[in-house]
Amino acid sequence: MKRKIRVLVAKPGLDGHDRGAKVVARALRDAGFEVIYTGIRQTPAMIAEAALQEDVDVVGLSILSGAHMVLAPKVKQALNEQGMDDVLILLGGIIPDEDVPTLQAMGIKGVFGPGTPTPQIVKFILQELAEPVT
Amino acid sequence: MAHPQLNTLAGLVSALLAGNRRALARIISHIEDNTALAQPLLAALYPRAGQAHIIGITGAPGTGKSTLVNGLAGLYRQRRLSVGIIAVDPTSPFSGGALLGDRVRMRDLAGDPGVFIRSMATRGSLGGLAQATADVIMVLDAAGFERIIIETVGVGQSEVEIASTAYTTVVVEAPGLGDEVQAIKAGVLEIADIFAVNKADREGADRTVMALKMMLNLGIPDKYQIMHHGRMLPVTLPLASAPDQQWIPPVYKTVATQKQGISELLEGIEEHHRYLVASGRRQLRSHLRAATELRMILRDTLLDRVLAELGTAAIDAMVHAVAQRQIDPYTAVKQWVAAYNHRPTT
Repeated sequence: MKRKIRVLVAKPGLDGHDRGAKVVARALRDAGFEVIYTGIRQTPAMIAEAALQEDVDVVGLSILSGAHMVLAPKVKQALNEQGMDDVLILLGGIIPDEDVPTLQAMGIKGVFGPGTPTPQIVKFILQELAEPVT
Repeated sequence: MAHPQLNTLAGLVSALLAGNRRALARIISHIEDNTALAQPLLAALYPRAGQAHIIGITGAPGTGKSTLVNGLAGLYRQRRLSVGIIAVDPTSPFSGGALLGDRVRMRDLAGDPGVFIRSMATRGSLGGLAQATADVIMVLDAAGFERIIIETVGVGQSEVEIASTAYTTVVVEAPGLGDEVQAIKAGVLEIADIFAVNKADREGADRTVMALKMMLNLGIPDKYQIMHHGRMLPVTLPLASAPDQQWIPPVYKTVATQKQGISELLEGIEEHHRYLVASGRRQLRSHLRAATELRMILRDTLLDRVLAELGTAAIDAMVHAVAQRQIDPYTAVKQWVAAYNHRPTT
């Protein structure tokens, strides 16, 4: 059987606006991924724990509160601490352009702002997870 | 950070037995994806399983199964019992994707090393569980979890697979979903060892409880007959020591969101567990599970073999002939079996 791509979609921090996260979760489901949706107000430790138990390939974070420069690296660090440094981390929400290079340097590979067409996110995941050609 | 030991059979097994949760998660993925390591892993872990009490939670969508599981697991943790949870949600028949959302209701359990939650998609299976569910239960059992709770997909009336997988099946009802006629229909209500009428703070809860009790008063089918019906290997079963010790499914009222009635429900589950052990029925149930499992694996293995031997061209031709009514499906299968039996030996 072909390996199913598993994606965790989570909202760290205190903002409760989860519509964007739900739209992305639905789009990823329709792309044939198994999406584990954990809901709002997740701590970085909770996200890392769920990512480990669910053995996901991708962690998608949605942050609209402006706290992304604090929260996203904390999630990355929590994942690294449990040996999951190979998990692809995506970030969506209201992210100023000037933050994007810093985030990418921290290992948050995909950053998607408002209005991103969902097929673009799907394409990004498929490209990043594709087996390297040998 | 590399974990090279988690890439090999021996490494995965020894890490799992040492309590490594990453290894547990990886092993479950191997089994779900049916990788080359899946069967050797199952073979290595099988002898270590068999200790856990397996609890199935089933019922219609929206009756509050996830919230009940959250409450039950929390109480088990207060009793210092470790809990593995498998939450099954449906795979879309159109995209093959799935949205697994049961964790949303289980956030109380986060951060507890005595709890492990895994979401599973049905991946085309129709009985309310995923195909690999029984194997994943076995892995959690081998990993040492003392109670394993399986939450099925939101079921309708006939998804009764959980009854042959769990030792104790809890059927969750909610007020206002049906009348007394629903309660005497066959199917999911017959598989209950325990009923939970959840959302019992809503109007109509007492009526639902009454309807269930009325159904139970009309007589309780013996579950072992149900499970024996039409889907078993012809095996001699060890007889329960005292078949007259019948279990009458109790009905509990719960309000899972308020954590009301959960400890009574948990006591009921533990009572059923003690009943199964004392009456010899746990052993009987293990026997039935083994028979069901062997039958399914045998069927799948033979099916794969026969289909591989026939080849896609011959299969396509036969499907076409049956669809065109040039041949009936029973004769077609007879011809396939004959072709398989007379295959050239190499």
